[in-house]
Amino acid sequence: MTDRRGFLGRALAGASTLLLGGCYDLSQAPWFVGALGKVEDLTHSAQSLFAGPQTLAPEFTKADIAPVFRANGTLDPGTPEYAGHVSSGFKNWRVSVTGLVAHPLSLSMDDLRRMPTRTQITRHDCVEGWSCIGEWTGPQLSRILAAAAPKPEARYAVFYCADPMTAEGDPSHFYYESLELSEAMHPQTILAYQMNGKPLAVPHGAPVRLRAERQLGYKQPKYVQRIDLVTDFSTIQGGKGGYWEDLGYTWYGGI
Amino acid sequence: MTIESDAAPPPHIPERVRTALGLSPSGPHYAFYRHKGLVRAAHWINALCLAILLMSGLNIFNAHTALYWGKSSQFDHPILMLGSYYNDDGAVTRGVTTIFGHPFTTTGLLGASKEDGALTGRGFPSWATLPGPNWLAMARQWHFAFAWLLVINALVFFIYGIWSRHFARDLAPTRQDIAHLPREIVDHARLKFPHGEEARHYNALQKLAYCLVIFILGPLIVLTGLTMSPTMDSAFPVLLEIFGGRQSARTIHFLCAFGFFGFFIVHIVMVILSGSWNNLRSMITGWYVIRGRKPS
Repeated sequence: MTDRRGFLGRALAGASTLLLGGCYDLSQAPWFVGALGKVEDLTHSAQSLFAGPQTLAPEFTKADIAPVFRANGTLDPGTPEYAGHVSSGFKNWRVSVTGLVAHPLSLSMDDLRRMPTRTQITRHDCVEGWSCIGEWTGPQLSRILAAAAPKPEARYAVFYCADPMTAEGDPSHFYYESLELSEAMHPQTILAYQMNGKPLAVPHGAPVRLRAERQLGYKQPKYVQRIDLVTDFSTIQGGKGGYWEDLGYTWYGGI
Repeated sequence: MTIESDAAPPPHIPERVRTALGLSPSGPHYAFYRHKGLVRAAHWINALCLAILLMSGLNIFNAHTALYWGKSSQFDHPILMLGSYYNDDGAVTRGVTTIFGHPFTTTGLLGASKEDGALTGRGFPSWATLPGPNWLAMARQWHFAFAWLLVINALVFFIYGIWSRHFARDLAPTRQDIAHLPREIVDHARLKFPHGEEARHYNALQKLAYCLVIFILGPLIVLTGLTMSPTMDSAFPVLLEIFGGRQSARTIHFLCAFGFFGFFIVHIVMVILSGSWNNLRSMITGWYVIRGRKPS
């Protein structure tokens, strides 16, 4: 009986190995990966059709705030430059707005703090599957972009960050991400410098991180230093619009 | 003049065995067109989608091997968690499945299983996940592609089912079905299946099983899947209210997936026990052989 069960188990595992081998090969075939990219476009279009540019992510109450908000990805950029910023209280941290804008900006943390803010208690959804609820405060990105006056040909906002992701010297050294301009202009897209009423902690992206509440976590970069408006991102780093995208994750992060 | 033949007479196969195998009975019988082309196509597209969705779903689950109830993840209180233990050298020694705080050793299957010969900490084993290695980015893309195919297939099937009255005529349980239910449960438990004229229609247990999967599990798994999308939550916040939050939706999605898996196992067993080849042929060519004379 045990033998028979063992045989059945092996037969099943064997069949699945054959099937999985085929699927694994397909996962590396350019035509198949290309077809999956078309599905991503379809998902993006369908979700944009239902959600439009303005629908708000659900907001929660203070009672829903997670006692321990999990930090993921970079927990400390760890570079000497960043350590210098930490010890000086981010006095010299700048967030610049560059690229296809009429008025390039370079904002200090004080500049950001002087702007009107939005405070929102929202759910952070990691691509891995978990969720945490936290309260975020910061100026709406739409206000900052409006001040910079995007040119008509600007389609994407590319965010450059201070956390190194690969070995030093590698040209694609630091974390970066991108959003289409409509998502960057969404009312809940903010440059958050406070979390749960306190200055943003280092593991959560101090001094300032992006919150784009209709997107997964990897679309909301931490340690933001520069926002570059571009027409397309195919010539930037791996060409896929973000650090994780260059590693195979979908650029569309609304699902 | 006599003709002697060396040919052996056809082997005698007992009727019970013939029926079980789904071979044509030796007595009178006739073929009956049981499944329409669209139903057959929808069935096989469904089978492909569900296999790929289940296995890619398990790969996605492996990125965070715990389930929670509510709006967000209470990391200290998972409903289900697949974890592993390591020794001082960092080698995996044991896989543990924790359900409502109760741990069970599940080494080899859940929490820790062999990958390239070595015991590795991973939720579901590599032979059950698609692609085999933990590869969240690719598993998500497979999952969403075949979710689209499943939903389009289901929509076509629903429109057809209503328009052609397939649902009303063949799937909706009748008063008589409900009355026969206790007897049918006993018959099924004894592996006694309807034959002859009775086999032309779905029996009550079949109707209930198919209705459960088509009208409850199917919509539930699609809606809970959509609830996990932050953009869909902004478009339809009511989804979160229906399912009690994103993490509840994720848990229900997982339970539905295993509901489908359970249906699949029972379905395969029933297909095999009630006449493998006859059933399989009817879902490929449409034709099902019925014992007895064709009613005029």
